[in-house]
Amino acid sequence: MAELQFREALRAAMVEEMRRDESVFIMGEEVAEYDGAYKVTQGMLEEFGFKRVIDTPISELGFSGIGVGAAMNGLRPIVEFMTFNFAVVGIDQIINNAAKLRYMSGGQIKIPIVFRGPNASAGQLGATHSVAFEALYGHVPGLKVVYPSEPGDAKGLLKTSIRDDNPVIFLESEQMYGLKGDVPDDDDYTIPFGVAKIKREGSDVTIVAHGKMYHVAQQAAKELAKDGIEAEIIDPRTIKPFDMKTVIESVKKTNRCVIVDETHPFCGIASEVGFQLQRDAFDYLDAPVQRVTVPDVPAPFAKNLFDLWLPGPKQVIEAVNAVTYRS
Amino acid sequence: MAIVIDMPKLSDTMEEGVISKWNVKEGDKVKSGDIIAEVETDKATMDVEVYDDGVVLKIVAKEGDAVPLGKPMAIIGEEGEDISDLLDGDSGDDAGAKKPEKESKDKEDKDDGKESKGKDDKGDDKESKEKDGKDNGKESKDSGEKPDESGADKKKKDFDPLFGDLNGDEKPKDGKAMADADDDGRVKASPLARKMAEEQGISLSDVKGSGPQGRIVKKDIEEFDKEAAKPSKAAAPAAEMIPSGESKELKVSQMRKAIARRLAESKFTSPHFYETIDIDMKRSIEARGALNELSDVKISFNDFVVKACAAALRRHPGINSSWLGDKIVQHGDVHVAVAVAIDDGLITPVIKHADKKGLAQISRETKDLAGRARDKKLQPDEFEGSTFTISNLGMFGIEEFTAIINPPNAAILAVGAIRDVPVVENGMVVPGKRMKVTLSSDHRVVDGATAAEFLNSVRNFIENPTTMLL
Repeated sequence: MAELQFREALRAAMVEEMRRDESVFIMGEEVAEYDGAYKVTQGMLEEFGFKRVIDTPISELGFSGIGVGAAMNGLRPIVEFMTFNFAVVGIDQIINNAAKLRYMSGGQIKIPIVFRGPNASAGQLGATHSVAFEALYGHVPGLKVVYPSEPGDAKGLLKTSIRDDNPVIFLESEQMYGLKGDVPDDDDYTIPFGVAKIKREGSDVTIVAHGKMYHVAQQAAKELAKDGIEAEIIDPRTIKPFDMKTVIESVKKTNRCVIVDETHPFCGIASEVGFQLQRDAFDYLDAPVQRVTVPDVPAPFAKNLFDLWLPGPKQVIEAVNAVTYRS
Repeated sequence: MAIVIDMPKLSDTMEEGVISKWNVKEGDKVKSGDIIAEVETDKATMDVEVYDDGVVLKIVAKEGDAVPLGKPMAIIGEEGEDISDLLDGDSGDDAGAKKPEKESKDKEDKDDGKESKGKDDKGDDKESKEKDGKDNGKESKDSGEKPDESGADKKKKDFDPLFGDLNGDEKPKDGKAMADADDDGRVKASPLARKMAEEQGISLSDVKGSGPQGRIVKKDIEEFDKEAAKPSKAAAPAAEMIPSGESKELKVSQMRKAIARRLAESKFTSPHFYETIDIDMKRSIEARGALNELSDVKISFNDFVVKACAAALRRHPGINSSWLGDKIVQHGDVHVAVAVAIDDGLITPVIKHADKKGLAQISRETKDLAGRARDKKLQPDEFEGSTFTISNLGMFGIEEFTAIINPPNAAILAVGAIRDVPVVENGMVVPGKRMKVTLSSDHRVVDGATAAEFLNSVRNFIENPTTMLL
C-alpha cells in the first residue's frame, strides 16, 4: 500500500498492464513527448517507446477510429482524451462502432478498448468544456462506464477496464488528479465492475454520490454529523453496471435517499437511481427521493454564476434536511 | 345540459339517505354506469349509479348529510357549464362564490400534470428546497416580491407541483381552495409509514402526520405506538361508561329511525296477542346430530325452526297473511325472515320459498345473509318481501319472550333457549330438552284458535323432524 496521487494511481495501472500484456498501448494528444496534458502518462514513453505510447494529432474522430480498428484486430488500446468534452468529436466511433460492433457481428468481434480522460467541470472552463458525460454514455448499450472518486479505486478499476473485452468509458477529473490516497501495490489489484462501496456508514440518510460529487457528499456529511445526522455515503464507482443492490439495502436501513450527481437532471444518473428506488424499495421510503444535480442549463463562465450552478455541500445538506423532514 | 342527481329510492321503506361516501369529487369525469356514491339507507349501504356521461360540476350534499328522497345530491354536466340556476333554492351555498374556486381547482389539476413533467427541466435541488424548506403560506406571499428572480423563474415558483398555484389570484383569500385540494379524504403517508402501520395494525386515520401537508411519516408511527396506542386501548372500554351526573347523546342512524318508526307503528296499530308452547327437542337434537355428520354445512336448531315454520305456514295460510286495511291477503309463497342483530340495530333477511328448501340450503342461505347483513352489504330484495318472521334469542339463554310483529306480516315467532328440564315420561321423572316458542299474532288477521293450530303444527314438525321431509 502506498500513498499516491490519483494520476499516479492511473499511471501505475497502465504501466502494470502494459508490462503484463504487450497488446496494451496508449494513444492520445500529448501523451508521449509532453508526458500527458495532466502528467498521467509521465515517463511512459521512456519505458515503452513510441510504438506503444503514441502522440496523435488533434483529431479525436480519427484516433478514436484507429483505436476501434486496433481493438478489432486484437490489440487493447487505451485512448486518452485531453477531456471528454473533446471526445464529442469522436463520439460516432464510440457510440456507433465501439459500442455496437460486438453486437452487430453476433459476438465475433471483440472491442477491448478503454477511452479515458477527465470528465465534467473543472472551474471556469465555459459551457463546452464542463459537461459531465456519464449519463450520456450510460445510456448507450454496449458501453461500460466507470467514474472512480479515489486513487485506490482508480487503479483497481482501470486495470479491470484494460482487461475487459468490451469498450469502457473511464472518467476522471482534472480537479482530482492531485488527490492523494492509499493505493495497493499489487500488480493484480482489480476491482470488479458493478460493485459499489459504502464509504461512510450512517443510519439517517443514504447519499449516493460518484466521482467528484462523492467528495461534496463527504463534506456535507461532516457538517450534518455536527447536527446529529449520520449520513451513509455510497460510491457506486461504476455507473454501468450500477450496483443498485447496495443502494437499496442501505435505503432499507435509512428509509431516505439523496442522490448527488453532476450530470443534468433530465435523464441523469439520479433519474435512474431514483426510479429504481421507488420501484424496488417503495415500502421502505419515508420521504420522496431527492437529488442534487447541476441545473438544466450549460455551465456558466462567470464565477458567481458558476458557483451557483455547481452543487456544493450546502445543496446536499438542504436535500438531506428535506428527506429527514428537518426544516 | 346539466343533470341533477337526486337521492334515489333504494329501498321500499326509505325516506331519506345518508351519503356515507363520495367516490367522485367536483371536476371528476363520470360515465354512465359509474358508482359515484355510497348511500346508507334505513337498511343497508347502497351504491348510487349515474346514467349519464359528464363532469361532476357540483357536490350538493357532503358525506354524512341526510338527503330526502328526490332531493339533489350532485349535479353533472359539461365542463364549465353554468349551473347557477340549478343551484338556486337547492343549496344554501352561494353558487357564485363557489364557482371560481372550482375552476381554479380544475386549472390546478391540469397544470399539476404539466408541471410534474416539466419539473425536471430545471435542477430540482432548488425546487426541493423551496418545497420542503419553507412555510407554504409565506412562500405565496414572498414569490411576487423577490427582486432577483427572472420572469421565467417566478412563473415556475408560482406553480409548485405539490401546492399548485402559489400565486393565489383565483383563490379565496382565506386559502380555502387549498384546504379543499388537500381535503380529498386521502390519508397522506409515506410508503414506509403505510407499511409500518399495516404491520402494527394501526389505522392511519388515527395518526396525526407531521410531514408536509400532514403526511404521516415513520416518526409519527413510532411515536403513535408509544403514546397514543396505550390510552386508546385503555379508553376503548371506558368509552362505554357514561360518568355519573353526565349524559351522552347519540345520533340516530337511518336504521334506528326505521326500527323506531316501523315497530312503533306495528305495536300501536296491530292488536298483538301471544301464545306460548313448549316443544320437546329430543328428536330434533338427535336428527341434527345425525344430519351434521353428513352435511357440509352445520345445521342449527334455528334452521329446524325455520323449516318447521315454513312447512306449517304452507298448511296454515291464515298465518301466512297480511292486513291491508280493507282486505286480508293470503300469500301463495312462503318467505321466512330471520331477525339478525347487527351493529346499532337489527335486520330481517328473507329466506325465500323456505317451504321448498331443505335444511342444508336454509342453513347456507341464513349464514350468508346474516354475514352480509352484519357487513351492511344486503340488497333490498334480500330483506324485503317476507310473509313471516322468526326472532331467536335462544343463544342468549332467553327462556321465552314476545316479539313485535314485523309489518306487513301477520305473526312473528319468538324462539327461546333449549333448556334441560325434568320431564315426566311413562310416570317417571327423566331429564328432558325443552324449547319455548311464543307466537305474536295480529288479531285483525289471526284469531286465537288459528294461531294455536299453527303452533301445534310447528311443534309437531320439530318434535317429529322426519315429518318435515314430506
